[in-house]
Amino acid sequence: MAGTARYWTRLIEPLVRQNPVTLQILGICSALAVTTTLDTALTMSASLIVVIVASAGIVSLIRRHIPSSIRLIVQIIIVASLVIVIDQFLQAYFFDISQRLSVYVSLITTNCLVLGRTESFARNNPPLVSMTDAFGNGLGYALVLTIIGAVREMFGTGRLLGYQLLPTVDQGGWFEPLNLMLLAPSAFFLLGGLVWIVRSIWREQAEPSEFDAPKVEETTP
Amino acid sequence: MSGLVDIFLRAMFVDNMPLTLFLGLCTFLALSRRTESAVGLGIAIIAVLGITVPLNNLIYSTFLAPGALSWAGYGALDLSYLSLLAFIGVIAATVQLIEMLLDRFLPAVHASFGVFLPLLTVQCAILAGSLFMVERRYDFVESVAFGLGSGAGFALAVILLGALRARLAYADMPDGLRGLGIAFILTGLMSLGFAAFAQMVAT
Repeated sequence: MAGTARYWTRLIEPLVRQNPVTLQILGICSALAVTTTLDTALTMSASLIVVIVASAGIVSLIRRHIPSSIRLIVQIIIVASLVIVIDQFLQAYFFDISQRLSVYVSLITTNCLVLGRTESFARNNPPLVSMTDAFGNGLGYALVLTIIGAVREMFGTGRLLGYQLLPTVDQGGWFEPLNLMLLAPSAFFLLGGLVWIVRSIWREQAEPSEFDAPKVEETTP
Repeated sequence: MSGLVDIFLRAMFVDNMPLTLFLGLCTFLALSRRTESAVGLGIAIIAVLGITVPLNNLIYSTFLAPGALSWAGYGALDLSYLSLLAFIGVIAATVQLIEMLLDRFLPAVHASFGVFLPLLTVQCAILAGSLFMVERRYDFVESVAFGLGSGAGFALAVILLGALRARLAYADMPDGLRGLGIAFILTGLMSLGFAAFAQMVAT
């Protein structure tokens, strides 16, 4: 029973409370670049989950055999090989999406999220719990990507996954598409806002102030 | 010649790595709390991009590109799917080499920005520089201009953000926004500003 609870915490914790993107600043590059539409965001999340779970499993299986001096190189090579497989798979079956993702699929290799989990968790833990942990972190990443991708596609074009939800003005409807949503700055604003929301609800995540403001005594007239 | 200047300016302003392509954001945000560390990171990035992109260009065009091995009699071979592994290896080796050389010959420089060098092995902006070089089919000289340009763009952005955040340390803002949240919003505003450069260089 205690064993199951352990797996469950590993899976649930990274979703919001220990979210890799909003709390630990891991894997942001790809989180912003691929979220102009929801389908690229979902493809990217799926690829990342496959890579992170598989690499956590492999690293954890051979964790007793990797000399610690060359462990980073070994981990990078494992991750890079998995990414090449995913990249070739996407090019073969989802050519259109893989063109739009351009180099960002290959950049999963240097995504700090994957290396962060293999380095800090999978290296010291048995395979099953490492893979659960990796899956939870992958889901946490996917959650952020899905939210941002959905908002950007919804308000940038009025569509969601290609279905017209908000009728736009040039189709005779009422919705004026916000072009800013499709440009780079909006991704930063949305993620900044998301971090703000999460940290306002779970206050323990807020960063401490570096300088204390001097206390000014209020003079009552 | 003007073509090279175009590539340099385009890489520096129009396709700015962190602000318009979202590359290297992890180190970009983590090391921009202080202006001094931002300057060190900027110099390290220019050096590493300026060396690895042309080096990877040589390796790609001699060994990996489709038909590149015809000098060895294997003209039909296409090894381009191996480029990711090759690039990562070259980058890791170069970073290690620069670090060792600096430590041996210029210890003062090594002490000031050498600590950021190991981080750059797993930095997406460095790897992306080489991947873009392949995607846009630059030749050797062009890839030198591209590497230096994108490094300079990264350095510019990270130093600007570092200066802004150093001032914000004294600001009184909502608890949830402090640190990461406001850094994102600042980056967004800077990215909005850099969007103005989009028309500067003809494509």
